Formats: sequence, structure tokens, C-alpha cells
Amino acid sequence: MKKICLKLLLFIALTGIAQAETVFVTLEKDNALAVVDPVEGKLIKTLAIGRRPRGIAISPDNKFLYIAASDDNTIKIVDAETLKELGKLPSGDDPETFALNPAGDRIYVSNEDDSLITVIDVDRKKVIKQIKVGVEPEGITVSPDNRWIVSATETTNMVHWIDAKTNTIVENTLVDPRPRAVGFTADSRQLWVTSEMAGTLMILDAKSKQIIKNIRFDISGVTADKIQPVGVVIDKERSRGYVALGPANRVAVINAQTFEIEKYLLVGQRVWNLAFSPDQKRLYTTNGISNDISIIDLDSQTVTKSIGVGTYPWGVAVKP
Amino acid sequence: MNILHYWRAMWGIIGRELRRFITQRERFISALVRPLIWLFVFAAGFRSALGIAISPPYETYILYEVYITPGLIGMIQLFNGMQSSLSMVYDREMGSMRILMVCPLPRWFLLLSKLLAGTAVSILQVYVFLGVAWLYEIQAPWQGYLWVLPALMLSGMMLGALGLLLSSFIKQLENFAGVMNFVIFPMFFMSTALYPLWKIRESSALLYNLAQYNPFSQAVELIRFALYGQFNREAFIYTLVAFAVFMAAAIIGYNPSKGMMTGKGGA
Repeated sequence: MKKICLKLLLFIALTGIAQAETVFVTLEKDNALAVVDPVEGKLIKTLAIGRRPRGIAISPDNKFLYIAASDDNTIKIVDAETLKELGKLPSGDDPETFALNPAGDRIYVSNEDDSLITVIDVDRKKVIKQIKVGVEPEGITVSPDNRWIVSATETTNMVHWIDAKTNTIVENTLVDPRPRAVGFTADSRQLWVTSEMAGTLMILDAKSKQIIKNIRFDISGVTADKIQPVGVVIDKERSRGYVALGPANRVAVINAQTFEIEKYLLVGQRVWNLAFSPDQKRLYTTNGISNDISIIDLDSQTVTKSIGVGTYPWGVAVKP
Repeated sequence: MNILHYWRAMWGIIGRELRRFITQRERFISALVRPLIWLFVFAAGFRSALGIAISPPYETYILYEVYITPGLIGMIQLFNGMQSSLSMVYDREMGSMRILMVCPLPRWFLLLSKLLAGTAVSILQVYVFLGVAWLYEIQAPWQGYLWVLPALMLSGMMLGALGLLLSSFIKQLENFAGVMNFVIFPMFFMSTALYPLWKIRESSALLYNLAQYNPFSQAVELIRFALYGQFNREAFIYTLVAFAVFMAAAIIGYNPSKGMMTGKGGA
């Protein structure tokens, strides 16, 4: 009996190790979702998920995946465990990027062609409102304190501050050309905005809504036109922020206190989107052209592995 | 003749070689400068800032200087192997070889000791080079620095044996320039030291085959994999066989009755 118990314990311990986090990657060209075990460094499987899947997010309780199937004009709800499709959300036309609020009951979608932000009630699967914003909205985020929804419009070159209570634009900030992605610090005090065309990262103060720091990226041996900042994430302690630099094939590591660029990490080709592991010990990058994701170990600040996932990996979400 | 004699003779030879290397500061510096110039100047020109495609043992994208580092380690050992063969020719001309050869131990053992001595010197050079490369942010996982030691021993022995074999052919010191042109350069350039095999294949199938079967390539790959904590069995066997062949030929070459020494008046 004792032996069986021990064996059982060992089994549980081993499966506990094996059941580490799972990384989900949308494959824009393959119309599929890749499921990766990042600890083993293996692609587990890919499954069909609708046409041109791009934006992806996981619900705060880690039960549901939301995947924007751009050419199906919908956001799919997928069970994060069984990967079965549970339903669809009315996203408006051509959803690419979207953001969940901290409670997970609202989704804000950028409808690039219509210059709209669609606000969805997740539980009722209904559109509550469509907010008119500047031309070509792309980056979108909700502040962790659920006060602001920020939308960046690529052609208007603005970030729009939308009050989460009233769903109306309160203020606009002019930023560098082609703002692509936006991200708040965990304390909701700063907004980080990347400009694809200027090759810069702007730090905005959430109170004054003004740019307090503008950081230009410069990599020796890489021409400026290749440096196109896109995805941006900041760790919980606000010690470091990370910016994906597109065709420069690098992720910039930025000291989030001094705003100095500490390092550039070489990853796959045309890196766009980033996601932390739940313990924030690793960072995952989607590399659109080299068809892989790279894993960055954040303790050692090194790229440990790149894993082939399929054609045009776009978005990434992590389930603990 | 007991084992102690062997031991003492071997350490005598290795000690002499190491002492000679350490006291000759110019030699130490020049041995280091060559690969460092390749690293800082040549590799800088080929930097490939956007990364090189992934091929084993690398698990992610790397810069060219990371790729070239194991090749330059091979280069250190190749030059060192040739250098020790050069010193054999020199010893023969100066007569100190005679003193070594009168030692009442088998010739193969003396040659092997000489080889071990040369390899020890090359390993010393390699670790100093790896240290400089580390500061230049070419950093392998720390286990790699341990795994690379046995790989370096084998590759150093193989290249040293090749040097020994060549030195048995060379009559005079002046002929050594020929070795440079006909052995070192072709071996180095027609290998995976500077370019990955798939890249060579893109330009020429003949070159690809030559590079693949070049024992120097296999030694470099053995080092490359070991530096990243991996064992390349094929490269290991190939290097081991190459060592055995070169060593056997060198022993025959140094046999006064059978080998190349006849009529040379040496040893």
C-alpha cells in the first residue's frame, strides 16, 4: 500500500512538472492555432481556428481563449483546456487587435477599416457601443485599474483616452507616426506607446497624458528603416519593459525606472508580439517571417530557444 | 621499465613544452592575436546583424561571431599542431631530438607524449581565447566550458598527429611555408569553421563534399556541439579515426628503418 501511495505521489509530482504553462500562438497564414509546451520546447499541436487569426487573449480566470478571426469578422471563444470552440462574439469588421478589461467581462476591439472601437459585453455576447476614433485604430489596451481604454490610431498618429465608465473619448495625445502598440504599467500610472515609423518608444504619464520620455532605438549594424517597434510589455514590478522591434529581429530591454536601453536580444525574423509567462520569468515572442516563436529567459536575459510553429505567427497568449 | 619511467618521461616532455610556451610571451600573445583578429575584424565584416538561420547545436538565432568562435578554436589548435610539428623539425635540426630519442622508451610513447604536450599548450590558448570571447559577449552555457575540454583533447591530438605526420616529411625548416599553403589554408577554408555546411552547399557541391569530409570540419563540429553541452557522435568517431590514422602514419614516419626518416640523416 505504501509503495502504491509513493508511486502515486511520484506520478502526481511528475505530471505536475509536465503540466507547466501552455503557449498559444495564432498563425495568420495557416488559419490555425499552435499549442506549444515552452518548458519542453516543443510544438504540441496545431488546430484549425478560423480564417486569418490574429489577436489572442486569455480570460483572467484562464478558462477561455478569445481569438480574433479577422476574415471571419468575429472573435471566437475557445475552451482553454479542451480547445473546443464555445461560441463567437460580434466583433465588427476585420478584428485584429483587441483588449480585455481586468474583470474579463468587456472586450474592446479595433476595427481598423471603419475607424471604430467596438465594445463587447462578453457574458451577453452583445455589442454595447461602437466608439468613433481616429483613422486605422490598431493598438488597444485597458489600464489595470480599469479607468482607461487607450486606442492608438496608426494614421491619425494619436492615442485616444477613452473613459471606461462612459465609453467616450476624454482626451487625445499626439504621438510619433504610426503608433502600433500600447501598454500600461501595472500601477496604471504610465502608458508605453511604440511608433513603428519613427522607431521610438514613448512613455506617457497617465495623469497629464503627456509624453514624459521618448526613446529612440539604435542597433549597430542594423539600418534605421528596419527598426520598427511594435509589441510592448512591462513587468509587474516595473523594473524592465520589452519592445519587439519588427524586422530588426530584436527585442529591446528597457530599464523601466531610468528608461535606458539595457540590451537588444536577437530573436527570429519580424518580431511583433510579446507575452510573459505567468511567473514573468520568460518572455515569448512571435516571429512572423521566420515562422517561429523565441523564448527569452528573463533572469539571464538571454534567448534560449526558438521553436517553429507554422506560417506567420501573429499573436501569443499564455495559460498557467 | 616500469610505469613510473613512462610517467616521468611524459611529464618531462609536457612540462618542457608548457614552460617553453609560458616563458615565450611573444608566442603566447601571437597565438592569441591571430584568432582575435579573425573574431574582431573578419567576423565584424560578416556580422549578419539580422541573425543566422538556426542549425544544430544552436537552438535560436545567433550572430556570425558566435558561429565562427568554435571555428577559431579549431584554428588555434590547427596552428598549434603545425607549430609543434615545426618545433620537431627545429629540434631535429638543432640536435635536441637526438637527446629525446635516446631515451629508452618506445618511440610511439615519446611521440604521444610530444603530442599530449602540444595539445596541453593548445588547450591553454583556447581557454584564454574563450575568456576574451566571453567578455565580447560570446557566451556559451557554463556546462559547455567543461564539456568542451574532452573535445579539445581529441581535436588537439588529431591535429597534432597531423602535424607530426607532416613533420616526418619535412626535411628542413625552410620547407614549412609549403605546409602553410598546402595544408593549413585549404584545411581551414574548406571547412565548417567559417561557414555552415548548408551555406557552402549553396555555392558548390564539390566544396560541400570536401568540407564535409575534411577532418578539420569534424573536429570543429565536435567542439561546436560540446561547447553547447551536446555530443556529436559522428564528429567524435570521425575525429577519433582521423587521429588513429594520422598517429599510426606518424609513428611509421618516424621509424628510422621504415619511414620517411631514411636518408634524412635526422633523429
